[in-house]
Amino acid sequence: MIELVVDDRCTRCDTCIQVCPTNVFERGAGGLPLIARQEDCQTCFLCELYCQADALYVAPNCDEPVAVDAASIVASGLLGQFRRHSGWHEWEGDPAHANLHWRMGELFARARAG
Amino acid sequence: MSLHLETDVLIIGGGLAGCWAAVAAARAGAEVVLADKGYCGTSGVTATAGPNHWWVPPDPEKRAQAVRDRDARAFGLADPRWMARIIDTTWRVLPTLADYYRHSVTAGGVPHYQSLRGPEYLRALRRYAETLGVRILDHSPALELLLHVDGSVAGARGLRRQGEGGDWTVRAAGVVVATGGCAFLSKLLGSRTNTGDGHLMAAEAGARLSGMEFSTYHTVAERHSTQTRSASYAFADYFDADGRQIDTGGSPDVTVPLARALLAGPVYATLARMPADLRAILPQIQPAILLPFQRQGIDPFTQRFPITLHGEGTVRGTGGLRLVDDDCQTDVPGLYAAGDAATRELIAGATSGGGAQNSAWAVSSGTWSGQAAARLARAQGRRAHQGVEAAGGAGLRPDAGALKDAAALTRHLTDGVRAEMLPYDKILFRRGPVLAQSLATLDSLWRDARDRLAPGSDPTARVRAREAAALVACARWTTATALARGETRGLHRREDAPSLSPDLAHRLLSGGLDTVWVRADDPTQRSPAQRSPTQRSPAQRSPAQRSPAQRSPAQRSPAQRSNVA
Repeated sequence: MIELVVDDRCTRCDTCIQVCPTNVFERGAGGLPLIARQEDCQTCFLCELYCQADALYVAPNCDEPVAVDAASIVASGLLGQFRRHSGWHEWEGDPAHANLHWRMGELFARARAG
Repeated sequence: MSLHLETDVLIIGGGLAGCWAAVAAARAGAEVVLADKGYCGTSGVTATAGPNHWWVPPDPEKRAQAVRDRDARAFGLADPRWMARIIDTTWRVLPTLADYYRHSVTAGGVPHYQSLRGPEYLRALRRYAETLGVRILDHSPALELLLHVDGSVAGARGLRRQGEGGDWTVRAAGVVVATGGCAFLSKLLGSRTNTGDGHLMAAEAGARLSGMEFSTYHTVAERHSTQTRSASYAFADYFDADGRQIDTGGSPDVTVPLARALLAGPVYATLARMPADLRAILPQIQPAILLPFQRQGIDPFTQRFPITLHGEGTVRGTGGLRLVDDDCQTDVPGLYAAGDAATRELIAGATSGGGAQNSAWAVSSGTWSGQAAARLARAQGRRAHQGVEAAGGAGLRPDAGALKDAAALTRHLTDGVRAEMLPYDKILFRRGPVLAQSLATLDSLWRDARDRLAPGSDPTARVRAREAAALVACARWTTATALARGETRGLHRREDAPSLSPDLAHRLLSGGLDTVWVRADDPTQRSPAQRSPTQRSPAQRSPAQRSPAQRSPAQRSPAQRSNVA
């Protein structure tokens, strides 16, 4: 579930508030998004994908909230990883992150072939 | 501030099917409003996935063979004509997205149309719909349908959770329900909003359902994660707590052996068999699949990690709203169902359509229903000044004294549904007496929802209350149909009736609100929707509408009608 909005990265663009499919966020004081309905978070990571400031962190646990340490998350390099691997925004056109989704069928075919 | 709109076509739901319906209606010249419970672009299970589509070139032999192969696995409940229709429509419609989606170009310079990444796919569909002038209402869940006095659909009403807030009312000549399947609040990726709202709204208006027993599909994921992206698990080996490998029978369908093992204790998996070259490009194939592993410091290729199975309910099951014609119209005139909200028995029978067939279905049923709704608007006009009635009941207008603590009752209802609809032993290994007990429990929950659930004015509470009522309704239709099908067929497994019964080689319809019913689908029976709306007398309306208990006095009052007219 969504656990963290990194204050000094957030640009107050409201995008996460708008794109969250389960309406988890509220606009807080000064425009910083608040995690207002964490229990509705479906751990889909799509807010991270849309966040060009890499200010959001979704913990992988969908069953219960977990404590996260903001400083170590920021230091971990995990922020923005989904966006980068997806080739969105400034990563668009980067051959290292080209969309190879069309090779999905190969996973099944090679698994079957052993 | 309340919002009142008049339009030709209203689409409820902005996932894969709803977007294609909006695009089709707009391309047919209709004015279109699309109301999404969340954000059109991230809503629905496809936005979190990466769908392939059933993709067969227009070679008559190849297409006939594809239909024959699939029909052979449908346990006699599919319709080859509908399969051929979706293959053809998907082939023609999907490439029209090319201006909005950057398709990969494979060897020979041919764009790879059929397999798309979910977030990019839905983002592209939103742009496509907006370019065509579709008015999108985000974070605007529909709560109930509006009906003309002849029983045909007149629009819908809901609320807005962002911006100015307030309620919305949209009057439309045709309405497409594209609210997705019902996943019973499992942790299936992207399914939090898939609570069967459209099923309930349509049933209140008189629609029937079909195939609700085929709702047992499950998908594997890392234990506490939502990542039900199963492709990588084609390379998985599974182990119990003592390190003994679990025999999955060599079949790609690992659900039953894994569920048995999970009922006995923890189960672990490793993806060690995935070749190094595929591991290296996995983030470029499925960028989200590794996130949960990396964030927990798990190397899934060398380590064993705990897994679970998430139930999909009717999402990759095949049940949903029954369709009465090639336009995907439901029993309610002017009300169409598209995507996972509709029954997919027509194309998949008793076996899951999986991702590719269901995506082709969403594209095709969305396209047909959008086109049909646009035609209806052209033919009969909007009828926007005729009086209408609101069709909603449970969770909106309690019949008896409302409980003060609506939040507690809502939680009680959703917890109760989850307790009946998620345990593997109740869903995957069904038994008559257990189903009967579940149904009694769910009937009792329905009475609570109908009589006592009044959420007040808080938008979140109103949505949750209505979701709870829808979950209970879908759980009852599913359980009652599973009880009636005393055999094992495709996705539906009965431990107490483990073989096919020739007496049950037909589809099962279900419906009803206060009293749930199940009966054999008789294809020769003339459906109410095949009559024109004006020929439809009150006596011909659905049992739900005839029942006096169904409608509260408030709903019938002139004041109520003037509110929504």
